[in-house]
Amino acid sequence: MITPAQPKPLQGEPLVVHMGPQHPSTHGVLRVELHTDGEVVERAIPNIGYLHRCKEKIGESIGYDAYVPYTDRMDYLAAMNNNWTWAMCVEKLAEIEVPERAEYIRVFVGELNRIASHLVAVGTYGLDLGAFTPFLHAFREREMTLDILEELSGGRLCFGYVRIGGVAEDMTARAMDMTRRFLKQFRAKLDSFNELLSFNHIFIKRTANIGALSGEQAIAYGITGPMLRASGVDWDLRRDEPYSIYNRFEFDIPVGQGLKGQVGDNWDRYWIRIREMYESTRILEQVIDGFPEGSHMGKVPAVLRPPKDAEVYVRTECPRGELAFYMISDGSKVPFRLKARGPSFCNLSVFEELTRDMLIADVVATLGTFDVVMGEVDR
Amino acid sequence: MEHIDLYNLLKERFGEETVLEHVVTGDPAKGLRDPFILIRCEALPDICEFLKTDERTRFDLLHCISAVDRPEYFESVYHLFSMLLRHWAILKVRTAKTDPHVPSVARIWPAADWHEREAYDLMGIVYDGHPNLKRILLPDEWEGHPLRKDYTFPEHEHLREIGL
Repeated sequence: MITPAQPKPLQGEPLVVHMGPQHPSTHGVLRVELHTDGEVVERAIPNIGYLHRCKEKIGESIGYDAYVPYTDRMDYLAAMNNNWTWAMCVEKLAEIEVPERAEYIRVFVGELNRIASHLVAVGTYGLDLGAFTPFLHAFREREMTLDILEELSGGRLCFGYVRIGGVAEDMTARAMDMTRRFLKQFRAKLDSFNELLSFNHIFIKRTANIGALSGEQAIAYGITGPMLRASGVDWDLRRDEPYSIYNRFEFDIPVGQGLKGQVGDNWDRYWIRIREMYESTRILEQVIDGFPEGSHMGKVPAVLRPPKDAEVYVRTECPRGELAFYMISDGSKVPFRLKARGPSFCNLSVFEELTRDMLIADVVATLGTFDVVMGEVDR
Repeated sequence: MEHIDLYNLLKERFGEETVLEHVVTGDPAKGLRDPFILIRCEALPDICEFLKTDERTRFDLLHCISAVDRPEYFESVYHLFSMLLRHWAILKVRTAKTDPHVPSVARIWPAADWHEREAYDLMGIVYDGHPNLKRILLPDEWEGHPLRKDYTFPEHEHLREIGL
């Protein structure tokens, strides 16, 4: 009798799929190398650098004040916060005093920009998961915040508004009125946004219990901002290391509680941003009630010459985490060395670890909660 | 813990020939700025391990690694923060201009992985013991390390056309 030969077992090897650099849900030019076994992603390796402009090198050749517009283009969704961090860094280096009114304006634009940035994050996250309507709602609200910022600075995305020593233009009565009108309806709009998306059954099914990041892991990878807080770590620079005038305001720091699943899962990371927007409105209310009189610009020397061999490291709480500038001066008109620590860069470094053995659809859902801005990752 | 106390603690534990000096940067006449502790390159992993685990220091967050090109040497700067005890440590190591090598701390803090790759990519410092040391921001076939002070920019056709 002839025994037919048994078929050899299939030699399975992972199929490599490239997600991006031009992909709607990578939020910019990010390429992720997915090593897939069927629907399961064994490894997802982020490849970055498509937007690299070597801003640190540029910083070594132009003056301190001329660098402000370059910081706009790092995290272009939160340009005000980036300007502000840069201004704080140079002010510490050159010991420049900022008037009280300027500090109020900075907190004002910083928190408005935080709301605008978080609205993009939550709106596009819905879009990533196939919910188109919440995206339009989020952008309608964002439009109002941008109108206020435009009234002050003239820009809608890159502002160049927070300058060394203060801010470029004084606060206007019209901007105050616009803000009051915005605040009057914004929380109600957020509540309806929650009905639409946050507590939507399908949305919760897609996000809860997926991509849970523990607090220890988050700290080990240097993760900061909403992602860290979503993992249950109660840490916010605005409260714990108050800079500017944040110690004058009353606000709470939302922390991930695992309301719909585990602590630090995708839903938690999304929900933290919604709750931070509520808290930002509280800060804004206190800011516009307490605006002091005075100048919006401090005394800044025409040519900045910080002390020789001085080094400073300044960090602030930006919408995506802690942005820090490390600067070394050699006493000349330009920095000797400038290093920008972008929060998205550090946050993205945990992506490979977090998405191990995940379904392809969940990889997209996880990347959305990272809320990366590639301008800041690549610098 | 104050930065100078941290220096004394490290000096006591590792000796003067390893923990070299405590420097407060800036100009005494025009104002002082951030301090740093200069340590010997080879002792970096041991000191970092100690700083992370010891109860008095507990530096659990590696905030940033920066590479600096000085005229005589390269520097690798570590900004460490303790979320538990809320204090800073700024460590510096120096390495030779030719063939610069620094031990990697990616084993101690996973956050160091990308920071060290960036420093390698842009400054050309080789981090020994790094699990995956390759370029991160620039293409793999790029020549040179742009953040070095002696880097010459490559000539591009389109730049010549617009007169740059």
